Amino acid sequence: MRVTVIDYKAGNLTSVLKTLRHLGAEAVVSDGNLALIESAERIVLPGVGHFAATQRLDSAGLTSAIRAAIARGVPFLGVCVGMQWLYSGSTEAPGQPGLGHFDGQCTRFSESTEKIPHVGWNSLALRNGSRLLAGVEPGEFVYFTHSYKGPVTTDTTATTHYIEPFAAAVERGNVMGVQFHPEKSGDTGLKILRNFLEISC
Amino acid sequence: MLTKRIIACLDVHAGRVVKGVQFVDLVDAGDPATQAARHAREGADEIVLLDITATHEGRQTLLDTVRRTARELFVPFTVGGGIRTARDAEQVFEAGADKISVNSAALADPMLISAIGRSFGAQAVVVAIDARRDPAAADPVRDAEVFVQGGRKPTGRRAVEWAHEAEQRGAGEILLTSMDADGTRAGFDCELTAAVSEAVSIPVIASGGAGTVGHFADVFARGKADAALAASIFHFGVSSARLLKEELAAAGVPVRLPC
Repeated sequence: MRVTVIDYKAGNLTSVLKTLRHLGAEAVVSDGNLALIESAERIVLPGVGHFAATQRLDSAGLTSAIRAAIARGVPFLGVCVGMQWLYSGSTEAPGQPGLGHFDGQCTRFSESTEKIPHVGWNSLALRNGSRLLAGVEPGEFVYFTHSYKGPVTTDTTATTHYIEPFAAAVERGNVMGVQFHPEKSGDTGLKILRNFLEISC
Repeated sequence: MLTKRIIACLDVHAGRVVKGVQFVDLVDAGDPATQAARHAREGADEIVLLDITATHEGRQTLLDTVRRTARELFVPFTVGGGIRTARDAEQVFEAGADKISVNSAALADPMLISAIGRSFGAQAVVVAIDARRDPAAADPVRDAEVFVQGGRKPTGRRAVEWAHEAEQRGAGEILLTSMDADGTRAGFDCELTAAVSEAVSIPVIASGGAGTVGHFADVFARGKADAALAASIFHFGVSSARLLKEELAAAGVPVRLPC
């Protein structure tokens, strides 16, 4: 199976590509090559760092190509900032709109005595049915590193608690997102990525 | 609940894991890729590989080692040792590291921290600090001094201040080694770790001095550490990260279990 991984210069793709290939996928990188999105069978949008980096998706014409692919029913997975981009936007970069597939805006963790960023292994509380999280048991641990997070809505399929509950995973139809890094989350992460590769259009 | 991380550390010389004291009497302890995979399988939350070769010819060997180690590793993987420029860091990331750790080079050129962070994200930049208490100072802990070159050269910098500056410049984590505690197996320097951890908002990884499970529990509670580096405990004491974490869980420390 083929996966198009989108490179918009927001961090290192090596880990994501390596993990997808380990699972038997043919991973190809689109750094602005629209044909690879138009012909995509599956799309992964990774990303670490700042929400402002998603501006490159707009300027390179990727946003409209992704919107068309989603409308075509192509399974889509956003990871970390790639998940946050699926909401309407983020207070991290107020002028930069997200895709708006999911309702609400990403916000920074509230100030508290806890450290920000949230870094390390934390557990998943499951809610609603999810094709992406099939076979994941309540309380399984995954690896996070982030300071901003998505709101809990009806599309949230897993929450995690740090300072406050936030959306660890979202899913509606063929569009999915995870705040954590499945490529760094041991066997649980591999199970989730395998699920993504097996979801049919 | 966010758990405390147990990070397995591998010292690597010329492509092999080595055990030794102060870089002398090195004993071959196996292949880095095999050892890293074993630690991950046995419950380590993260792997750190420190290259102690630090020669120019050694860089290609290191990159090959990183590539082989990263291939089958699906937990966070940090590589340190001999990273002097943003280009060095880029090569290590391309070989498969998730984070790099910088020490002397960041002190010599603090802009290196932001330069690497700009391209790869702050979460990918670990600043390693080797510090020693200053017994002559009014506050030996808060005035603990930073050393470089394997602890041989004093810098005149205060560890607490340098950690704070590193955070301001975009470091994602601090790896703090107490030179007083290192090698003693008498426990971490909890006071120093707490002083640094309270001075920053980013995670602090404690290193140096672990000899028992109780030492880990102590550095998480009193030392306010977010993670702890485990090396010699796996040689001398507890045989795996899983056993260490099971004992920590029994002592009330939140850890990733089952793992």
